[in-house]
Amino acid sequence: MSILVIAEHDNAALKGATLNTVAAASQIGGEIHVLVAGENCGAAAEAAAQVAGVSKVLLADNAAYAHQLAENIAPLVAELAANYGHVLAPATTNGKNFMPRVAAQLDVAQLSDIIAVESADTFKRPIYAGNAIATVQSGDSVKVITVRATGFDPAAASGGSATIEAVGSAHDAGISRFVKEELAKSDRPELTAARVVISGGRGMGNGENFALLEKVADKLGAAVGASRAAVDAGFVPNDMQVGQTGKIVAPELYIAVGISGAIQHLAGMKDSKYIVAINKDEEAPIFSVADYGLVADLFDAVPELEQKL
Amino acid sequence: MKVLVAVKRVVDYNVKVRVKSDQTGVDLANVKMAMNPFCEIAVEEAVRLKEKGAADEIVVVSMGPKAAQEQIRTALALGADRGILIETDEELESLAVAKLLAKVVDEEQPGLVILGKQSIDSDANQTGQMLGALTGMPQGTFASEVNLGEGTVDVTREIDGGLQTVSLNMPAIVTTDLRLNEPRYASLPNIMKAKRKPLDTKTPADYGVEVAPRLKTLKVEAPAERQGGVKVASVDELVEKLKNEAKVV
Ligand SMILES: Cc1cc2nc3c(=O)[nH]c(=O)nc-3n(C[C@H](O)[C@H](O)[C@H](O)COP(=O)(O)OP(=O)(O)OC[C@H]3O[C@@H](n4cnc5c(N)ncnc54)[C@H](O)[C@@H]3O)c2cc1C
Ligand SMILES: Cc1cc2nc3c(=O)[nH]c(=O)nc-3n(C[C@H](O)[C@H](O)[C@H](O)COP(=O)(O)OP(=O)(O)OC[C@H]3O[C@@H](n4cnc5c(N)ncnc54)[C@H](O)[C@@H]3O)c2cc1C
Repeated sequence: MSILVIAEHDNAALKGATLNTVAAASQIGGEIHVLVAGENCGAAAEAAAQVAGVSKVLLADNAAYAHQLAENIAPLVAELAANYGHVLAPATTNGKNFMPRVAAQLDVAQLSDIIAVESADTFKRPIYAGNAIATVQSGDSVKVITVRATGFDPAAASGGSATIEAVGSAHDAGISRFVKEELAKSDRPELTAARVVISGGRGMGNGENFALLEKVADKLGAAVGASRAAVDAGFVPNDMQVGQTGKIVAPELYIAVGISGAIQHLAGMKDSKYIVAINKDEEAPIFSVADYGLVADLFDAVPELEQKL
Repeated sequence: MKVLVAVKRVVDYNVKVRVKSDQTGVDLANVKMAMNPFCEIAVEEAVRLKEKGAADEIVVVSMGPKAAQEQIRTALALGADRGILIETDEELESLAVAKLLAKVVDEEQPGLVILGKQSIDSDANQTGQMLGALTGMPQGTFASEVNLGEGTVDVTREIDGGLQTVSLNMPAIVTTDLRLNEPRYASLPNIMKAKRKPLDTKTPADYGVEVAPRLKTLKVEAPAERQGGVKVASVDELVEKLKNEAKVV
């Protein structure tokens, strides 16, 4: 049976996590179709048609889908799901928002945040903040799955030549409305897609001091992240939180500055290829996962690092 | 308005769980249990609504073993009025929890249902959204701000790019994120008072809900151990290693 992947996009372009989700779909095996639901999202559908391995793009272009409201997207996906054995979406805040609604509407369980495909009905997913990995088998007729992007290398964004087919049905539940969005603007790479991430914790002391990390980030083309403590203290916005209940990252290089290394933080970054920790407390648990630990005051070490890179 | 809050009994967030050697699950014998932190935030939000006069009754519900009474009592000590325990020793999946909650919603007719965004054991992040599908109610997930209007509620949500605000018709579902509020601690007199608040015990069968799991856990393993713990003496050594050993800069 074919697999339906729900694209994450901003109407103009695909978000990176869509490519990782297509990669997970290709490991399951079967024809891969991609749903692009939005408003004036033709460009995103064109991009989806280029993705290697995709054979058909379903384009649901309607005002009801403009802001990805779960109340409207879920009935659309549930309706389409009748033709598929698997429905996959990235485990982003958007995918996490509408997919369980799809699953319940279909009366099936959802497999959250898979990191590996064992077979068409068996998957691996982390539980307990990544301190255990469960292998879970689903007997449901449609498998509703969210995919953790860091578990799968992205499919190629080009090389495909899928057909694009319009989907007529418009579901407007009329029970929820979009009011506004405040999106962080940044020229830096997205946290979850960056090759290098440098994150600051409570040890940064205040928001202004994050400028020290930004200077290093500029040199390395890195994204800037944070611990929950730094977000709670108001140093930086919520979308920078890395961890069990924030963003999961697995860059080639993760630099943790003034972060103690609580299990909830480690859950979000311990699959990074190389980890650097800069902390003045040599007992800090972050050092136990660090490939290169530097016991130092960050206010000395970070400017020096920036200068020597 | 009545507010329904769902609370889950989970392993305390400070506990680093260990996988059992036979790979059937994690070892929960003698491990400290607590209310899921996101559920504490849910209870706190309900109590604040009541203190503002926007809510007149708070009902807490939990599904799980008999011991989940403790978490209901904690919620009662924090300010909830009445508890419902749906007792079962079955490992409940989110869909089963949502089906049971839908029945409770039917009975209680709350204006608002508040849940945690995820439980820190299964990290499933599903229940509130599933309840939305089953009841036809709109959902404000990952909430960092909740403002009641006339028959509507505005919910500000923590999303990947920043914040999004949606307006929902009531009755509605809210799932809590970390920044919604800072939960209070229960005072000793309130803990004593909570012992006398009503707590109903039911079973899934009372609601006619089939809770058998849909998923089969084949095994549970420990993740690959990281070989960490290596220290460098200076920034110079760090830069040298990053360039020549790791080759990442
Ligand atoms: C339900 C729940 C979910 C959570 N989710 C997350 C999550 O997703 N992500 C997350 O990060 N946390 C999460 N947490 C919080 C987590 O438990 C920790 O509280 C948090 O990660 C601590 O942040 P921190 O390391 O910045 O602060 P602290 O633990 O206070 O550590 C600060 C560190 O900075 C060092 N330091 C101070 N000054 C300097 C200096 N001048 N130079 C060098 N080092 C210095 C100190 O030695 C210390 O090690 C969660 C908690 C709960 C209960
Ligand atoms: C190894 C293993 C793997 C599993 N994998 C999956 C899986 O992939 N998919 C799946 O669906 N299930 C899975 N489960 C089952 C999982 O334990 C249940 O999903 C869980 O018990 C139900 O809640 P949740 O964690 O999904 O809730 P979440 O959706 O993460 O929790 C959100 C909120 O729902 C409310 N809530 C949840 N449970 C209760 C409760 N019992 N009583 C009252 N309120 C509650 C709380 O307000 C909570 O904050 C797995 C279990 C194990 C042991």
